[in-house]
Amino acid sequence: MLLFKILLRNAFHNKLRSFLTILGIAVAILAFGLLRTVISSFYAGVEAASASRLVTRNAISIIFPLPISYAEKIRQVEGVKMVSWGNWFGGIYINEKNFFPNFCVDPLTYFALYPEFILDETQKKEFLIDRKGAVAGRKLAAKYGWKIGDSIVLKGTIFPGQWDFVLRGIYRGRDRTVDETQFFFNWSYLNEAVKRLAPGFANQVGFYMVGVTHPDLAADTAVRIDRLFKNSLAETLTETEKAFNLGFIAMSQAIVTAIQMVSFVIILIIMAVVANTMAMTTRERTGDYAIMKTLGFGAKDISILIFGEALVLTMTGCLIGMVLTFPAARLFAAQLSTYFPVFLVSNSTLCLDVAAAFLMAFLAAVIPTYDALRIRIADGLRRIG
Amino acid sequence: MSLPLTYSLRNLWRRRLTTTLTIAGMALVVFVFAAVLMMAAGLQKTLTETGLPENVVVIRKASTSEVMSVIDRKAAAVVEMLPEIAAAVSGRPLIAKEVVVLIALKKQGEEKTSSHSNVVVRGIEASSFPLRPQVRLVAGRMPRPGSMDVLVGNSIAKRFQGVELQQTLTWGMRTWTIVGIFDAGNTGFASEIWGDVDQVMQAFRRPVYSSLVFKLKTPEAFDRAKSAIENDPRFTLEAKRETKYYADQSEMMAKFLRILGMSLTVIFSIGAIIGAMITMYAAVANRTAEIGTLRALGFRRRTILAAFLTESLFLGVLGGLIGLFFASLMQVMTISTVNFQTFSELAFQFTLTPAIVAESLLFALLMGLLGGVLPALRASRLKIVDALRSV
Repeated sequence: MLLFKILLRNAFHNKLRSFLTILGIAVAILAFGLLRTVISSFYAGVEAASASRLVTRNAISIIFPLPISYAEKIRQVEGVKMVSWGNWFGGIYINEKNFFPNFCVDPLTYFALYPEFILDETQKKEFLIDRKGAVAGRKLAAKYGWKIGDSIVLKGTIFPGQWDFVLRGIYRGRDRTVDETQFFFNWSYLNEAVKRLAPGFANQVGFYMVGVTHPDLAADTAVRIDRLFKNSLAETLTETEKAFNLGFIAMSQAIVTAIQMVSFVIILIIMAVVANTMAMTTRERTGDYAIMKTLGFGAKDISILIFGEALVLTMTGCLIGMVLTFPAARLFAAQLSTYFPVFLVSNSTLCLDVAAAFLMAFLAAVIPTYDALRIRIADGLRRIG
Repeated sequence: MSLPLTYSLRNLWRRRLTTTLTIAGMALVVFVFAAVLMMAAGLQKTLTETGLPENVVVIRKASTSEVMSVIDRKAAAVVEMLPEIAAAVSGRPLIAKEVVVLIALKKQGEEKTSSHSNVVVRGIEASSFPLRPQVRLVAGRMPRPGSMDVLVGNSIAKRFQGVELQQTLTWGMRTWTIVGIFDAGNTGFASEIWGDVDQVMQAFRRPVYSSLVFKLKTPEAFDRAKSAIENDPRFTLEAKRETKYYADQSEMMAKFLRILGMSLTVIFSIGAIIGAMITMYAAVANRTAEIGTLRALGFRRRTILAAFLTESLFLGVLGGLIGLFFASLMQVMTISTVNFQTFSELAFQFTLTPAIVAESLLFALLMGLLGGVLPALRASRLKIVDALRSV
């Protein structure tokens, strides 16, 4: 207890300096926490992916479609429970700035495959009946103030023209990790229009979502599906939803790596600041240490004092930073919901915060401790101030 | 009378450890600041150098990139007849009707993972080469028209698997032989694979062009050509200068990088400024008696202020220079990542421009100034008697 009291007294001996150091640490931990959260929200889609869903797409690349006739063939493959399909629509709402993911899907099977999207039974029925019907996520609807029955017009980029939809349902996520910013409409609405405008492109889908009977069968089933279409005009590539989503992140790997590196650089910067504070503190207290040595305190006691002081500083800063991370993340999530539909501070981020604070304290105290231990008593006492 | 510069410099030298740590912090901030700006500059340089001002790209209206665009042969034939198009040596119009698709390829070092990158495959005509003088063959030979020969760009050849000379690629139930590697400098074409347009169309069952590229007779003819294309009721096409077309494609990424960079540097600089402040406050506290002596000798308050400010500006400049030095080393690095707008792979280099050097140094000076201003004010406001008594 006495030790703790001394540490506190020491740490806040120079109030201005301690205040500045703690402020710096708090800002750094805040930034570190936010950056880690950005990275984890990149991976949110992977986390949310189900192990019992497969994605089948054209083997050449994702921009090539697959014929709709594959649906029946895939359904017959051993291990397949349910097949659904969809297309990336890439529509623009009013202008490019209002980006949100929009897909056309087979309504009946898609929502059955995604139990995490919770849609009211009556709304689901309405959506099934109306070919021009659409379903939007709760956050998306709130952002643009859409209500059920509203008419929404999207400008097609892949499928040219103005497409009008009637909002028939608003889905909720089963928990907070579910993306509530997506927009779905009926695949046959798109297909009928394409049949009229460009018959050559009709009856095609962008991807198949395949539900398997048991997660353990996923790998075998994927191989079976791909073997079925080997050497055909449209060869397929089937992978688990997780792998599929990971593939998207891998494409922007450079950016994720950059953010990751930067999140560690900030810890380095603030480490320099804390080390600086500790260096100054111990230099000022050289006389004290000399007296302690004279009284018979050993190297261990002095080291504990210096390390402890550094720990008090970093932990106070860390705590403030961690507390601030939550309101900051909420603000961030509101501003950047377009880029990051799911933005939650995870427990592992908080653990990393604490670990970073420990590391900072430790590394910052090493050189000052070494200096303090090395100095001879006579020299230490001779020094003034 | 002012204090000599060496007074400030030697004060920094006296407390080496503290000075080094403060400078290191600042250098890191400047490094990140410069690196992010260099990344955005490199991206824009790559995409603007890809286009030539006298070239025009025609794509379907409302499509944001060539991959989404669809132009049928009839429309292409109409555009081909425009009088604003320059003539090739043969007398035919200098226009290339191209098809652009994406294929999935694996990068080197990704053998075991299931991830792959989307690479642009461009179906080209003979006229594609004179339209793009940046592109030259560095290995192998030119593809024979109408054959299954393909060329790969230098960035692709360096970073992807199975794209060496004489190796074969398989897409669309056909086998393609790599007969040459072309160097396209720092342009987007370096991240592409080129093959014969008719063969590529056949293989991918896409009997339409993606884009038309032509050279203008005179650069001023652009407006006339544009209105002729966009007002033609037979099709819905859109004409853009090639420079603008590629600049538009870098917009979103460059903006993302800038916002990221700016918000990071603001947060980082708070840390570095605090570091400088701590150092300078300690410098003032340690030298209280000295300041009192200087004042007693007749030095003015503003001289003291100037001396301490100079000291902290030195910290800033040194940090800035060191940070810039390390940032300039980044120029040898090439980043290859997906361009969100076109969904395809693009390689670009960190590029240091004079503007970035100036901005970084100014930023470093500002950090030094902000960190030093309060401590220097405190130093200059010390009362002589109190300061002398503190010994």
